[in-house]
Amino acid sequence: MTGTFLGMPPFPEAARAALADTQLRRNLAHATATIRAKRNAVVAEVAEWEDLRLAGAAIKDEVLLNLDTYLVQLEQSLVAAGATVHWARDATDACRVVAQVAKAHGVDEVVKVKSMATQEIELNEALAAEGISAWETDLAELIVQLGDDLPSHILVPAIHRNRAEIREIFRSRMAGAGRAAPDDLSDEPADLAAAARLHLREKFLRAKVGVSGANFAIADSGTLVVVESEGNGRMCLTLPEVLVTVVGIEKVLPSYADLDVFLQLLPRSSTGERMNPYTSMWTGVTPGDGPQEVHVVLLDNGRTRALADDIGRQALRCIRCSACLNVCPVYERTGGHAYGSVYPGPIGAILNPLLKGPGLDAQTDSLPYASSLCGACFEACPVRIDIPTVLVDLRAQVVDAHRSSSGHRRLPKPEALAIKVAGWSLARGDRLSAAARMTGLGSRVASRVLSRRLPGGRPAITRLPGPGARWTGARDLPLPPAESFRAWWRRTGGGR
Amino acid sequence: MRVALMVTCINDALFPDTGKAVVTLLRRLGVDVEFPAEQGCCGQPMVNTGYLDEAVPVVRNFARSFAGYDAVVTPSGSCAGSVRHQHGIVAKRAGDTELATAVAEISPRTYELSEFLVDVLGVVDVGAYFPHTVAYHPTCHSLRMLGVGDRPTRLLEAVRGLRLVDLPDADQCCGFGGTFALKNADTSVAMGSDKARHAVESGAEVLVAGDNSCLMHIGGLLSRQRSGVRVMHLADVLASTEAAS
Repeated sequence: MTGTFLGMPPFPEAARAALADTQLRRNLAHATATIRAKRNAVVAEVAEWEDLRLAGAAIKDEVLLNLDTYLVQLEQSLVAAGATVHWARDATDACRVVAQVAKAHGVDEVVKVKSMATQEIELNEALAAEGISAWETDLAELIVQLGDDLPSHILVPAIHRNRAEIREIFRSRMAGAGRAAPDDLSDEPADLAAAARLHLREKFLRAKVGVSGANFAIADSGTLVVVESEGNGRMCLTLPEVLVTVVGIEKVLPSYADLDVFLQLLPRSSTGERMNPYTSMWTGVTPGDGPQEVHVVLLDNGRTRALADDIGRQALRCIRCSACLNVCPVYERTGGHAYGSVYPGPIGAILNPLLKGPGLDAQTDSLPYASSLCGACFEACPVRIDIPTVLVDLRAQVVDAHRSSSGHRRLPKPEALAIKVAGWSLARGDRLSAAARMTGLGSRVASRVLSRRLPGGRPAITRLPGPGARWTGARDLPLPPAESFRAWWRRTGGGR
Repeated sequence: MRVALMVTCINDALFPDTGKAVVTLLRRLGVDVEFPAEQGCCGQPMVNTGYLDEAVPVVRNFARSFAGYDAVVTPSGSCAGSVRHQHGIVAKRAGDTELATAVAEISPRTYELSEFLVDVLGVVDVGAYFPHTVAYHPTCHSLRMLGVGDRPTRLLEAVRGLRLVDLPDADQCCGFGGTFALKNADTSVAMGSDKARHAVESGAEVLVAGDNSCLMHIGGLLSRQRSGVRVMHLADVLASTEAAS
């Protein structure tokens, strides 16, 4: 059983708690800096990287604008290849299908390939409610699952754990889930991996049903693709008799040739490798080889909602590489849990609100604001999702959702009021001038009582009341000068 | 060429010396810059907080104030970015085709200071003198939204007496982010503290950038930490001469 993101506080509050954890901040700074350097090195090797990004974005956009056609084609190809296709409107639908397949085969456990779609629909929890254990087999997912923890990164979900913590989790929890960890387990990475291998091997050999996601689904052949590093995916995809794959409907690519672009973009952006160790592809059922019963669940769960959003639609290009997390200065300091979703970081800040819609809950509404809009994510994104532009548009959607409800205008929040006042005074020179005269007047009074000076000599404000304290809690503020620029220009005729 | 100064509201109210520095610098380079008095804000605070309707009159005033100028120059990468990338969105929201046309007319002629100096005037050596050790922080909107590249550092390298030192992790955001600095104050301060630490580690006496908003944030942290490093706008450095110092 893993934890749940349900009931998480809005981002600023969750971030505050994470920022107080100095060990977490050190772990994250080290991990993200390492992976950033690896990515930069392998991206720099590819002369046509920008062309690849353009191609990736173009292929995905073409698919998204013709999704109805491609999905039907995918279904036909899959059925022709011997797979059974299920359409799932939401998480409940999708979980029900997987549980039904497991029950039809009388099993009480399944082995899982690391998959964001199944995390998103909380499949493990749904199966547990039906008495079915879903075993994560990716090393980091195993650490998260054994630790009753939550993932904090798309690619490396246990990025917030160090090896001493992992040893402790293995020693105290592995026995309860199968083969126990050795008594003399050290915190050497090789020893930890060896313990996980032995623990997992039993599960691979025993399991009758495997569950996976897919990185890509090829419409014209029905081929599904899983890209991974550890080989656990290959085990889950080949050993069990039955395989169920949950695929977001945006994962479609027109044809096999399109993989040319994405198998270059994904590993370099994701793990910072030229090529990932294991790429598995399967097309329905191959008699006598691998799973003989293959199910594919095509998952909507808010994707058609995102598709209808003119600006936000581009978020569906996402190939879950997590490059945006690794370059994000906010993510680097808060970690993934603060985002309250299996999709953290910049992509999570847009994807969650797009899948769910604005104005429904404070946590989701806080996500588009969890960014300084620095633009590092857009620069790193292999499919050119303009995350800052989508963030700003979603902020407007959040504000608009609160502007009116059930036909009447809500009372203005302090923020809305402040923006209205600012908008009024900043809109025109004469009003700005009046506002500046007021701050100037205040300054002349205040400068008599202020003693602190900024480096360079200007008087500093070190403490403000009310919301201003959010600034002066850690930052001095220069005292506004007695004369604004426009007052100076008017008085001196531009200094002449 | 008729050139207008867009001083920006933060410079107008808090950093008027930066506005004066731009005037001094441009006059020295032979540009008789004008200051349209009716100008206000660029609207970015409203747009980036999600208040698009409230930004409409602000953008309308901008378009009216700067109509007819050959170039608008502003000592802010962020405000120039807002004009070039957000005014069109606001005009679309307003459903006002006249405003959209006006915006399309003036937006591409709005330049951040280093762009105006290097691209429009074609100068790199502006005749400045500033005998100090300086680190340069490329602000995010100038770097990624406008793509000013090495224009600011080329300008700084041509300043006599100035020694430019490397800022570690220079391209990482300082954490200001407009209303982000208040809405997510803790994260903003965590980011800014790392930037302040890098400024100290650089060995510079002065941290220079093209946006006083970011500098107000970084400088506020440097001041609170009593680091002794001061912050200065690029315009203030470029306006400095032997006579003035």
